[in-house]
Amino acid sequence: MSALSALFFRELKLAARIGGGAPMGSLFFLIVVTVVPFGVGPDMRLLARIGPAILWIGALLATLLSLDRLFQADRDDGSLDLVLAGESPLELVVLVKCLAHWTATGLPLVVVSPFLALFLAMEPVAIAATTATLAVGTPALTFTGAIGAALTVSLRRGGLLIAILVLPLTLPVMIFGVSAAVAAVSEPVPFRTPFAILSGLALFAAVLGPVAAAAALRHGGE
Amino acid sequence: MRLIDYANPTRFLGLVGVSLKWIAAATAIAFAVGLWLVFMVAPADYQQGETVKIMYIHVPCAWLSMFCYVTMAGSALGTLVWRHPLADVSAKCAAPIGAAFTFLALVTGSLWGKPMWGTWWVWDARLTSVLVLFIMYLGLIALTETIEDPIRAARAGAVLTLVGVVNIPIIKFSVDWWNTLHQPSSVFRMGGSTVDASMLVPLLVMAGAFTGLFVTLHLAAMRNEILRRRIRAMRLVEASRAE
Repeated sequence: MSALSALFFRELKLAARIGGGAPMGSLFFLIVVTVVPFGVGPDMRLLARIGPAILWIGALLATLLSLDRLFQADRDDGSLDLVLAGESPLELVVLVKCLAHWTATGLPLVVVSPFLALFLAMEPVAIAATTATLAVGTPALTFTGAIGAALTVSLRRGGLLIAILVLPLTLPVMIFGVSAAVAAVSEPVPFRTPFAILSGLALFAAVLGPVAAAAALRHGGE
Repeated sequence: MRLIDYANPTRFLGLVGVSLKWIAAATAIAFAVGLWLVFMVAPADYQQGETVKIMYIHVPCAWLSMFCYVTMAGSALGTLVWRHPLADVSAKCAAPIGAAFTFLALVTGSLWGKPMWGTWWVWDARLTSVLVLFIMYLGLIALTETIEDPIRAARAGAVLTLVGVVNIPIIKFSVDWWNTLHQPSSVFRMGGSTVDASMLVPLLVMAGAFTGLFVTLHLAAMRNEILRRRIRAMRLVEASRAE
């Protein structure tokens, strides 16, 4: 177990240091939210209505763009081969790497999302609901994205390919995340139903993602 | 004494060592006087009540956010044109300070906007262009932090800084060019200021105090950066000797 916790803290340290790029995801998130009003116009009522969707799309894109760092750097410096040959089960290693990656890049997105929601004139209830769905949903995005990152690890220019591979897989998370956030402010559907499905999807991704990514790494490593 | 005479970092460090404490002391006195004027002397606005006090923080921060960027642009010119060895230090050290002032201007404006406009944020030209300035600061910091070699990082940052200068006139004149919720400039304008002297004097004192704060922080950060680079160079020498 100590090997895995050591791995966790190693990943966090690497993400926080120069060139780690951990704060860049949040900056990108801010830019996406800034760009949308340029596109749809500054109508605050419209922005408030589509606010949860904007935040979700921003978080999804920010997560996708940071995914290529998940295994790439480890492959470049050879530590991925050591991990593959090591004693710890690869599935658990991938799980720990995903958790560390989420702590470094996903958690900041969740933390800044209430502040970005103020730019979109969202109501307090909607802000709380969107933040809650992002807190549950972004780990699911990272776990799902790990599959794409593992598949493309041996490619030089894998960044865009990861997005193409992963985006369709993240659609269920996106659908239930946005519908839960919207359900919190509009009447007919209760917040709990889509939120429960979202939580289920996150748990499902936490199991399937590491297993599939570990398989991809084993076979990709020749 | 020409600007190039300060190109010697050691001479610059000596100058900073002598002058920094006096500048810091003057800044502290200006803040003491300014805050006393703001909270004890300046009247409450007949419409806005006590929330008008936010102005004395908000407006200097907004000025400084632009002033700091202009400083960086001048330094960027110094880096690219004259290869002045301190210019890239100056530009690099000004970026986080400028980002902090821009952030404070955005936050205080938001806190002021809630009681006055009834909303934390609107996408009008002034607010949006300042937000873009904030993003540019963060982008510049990210760029210079990503490139390891300080000289190359400075060149890249200088190019980006000069490109970003287009945003400064947009911010300055956004309130005149577009019909915005943010009020037009009322201190520096043709035909004199429209702000009453009872508010203008505290505002200008606070602006002076904030400028002093910027100079103090900037000089201290430049000194630290020069020392940090010396340590880096010494480590590199050490490492190459060990081989």
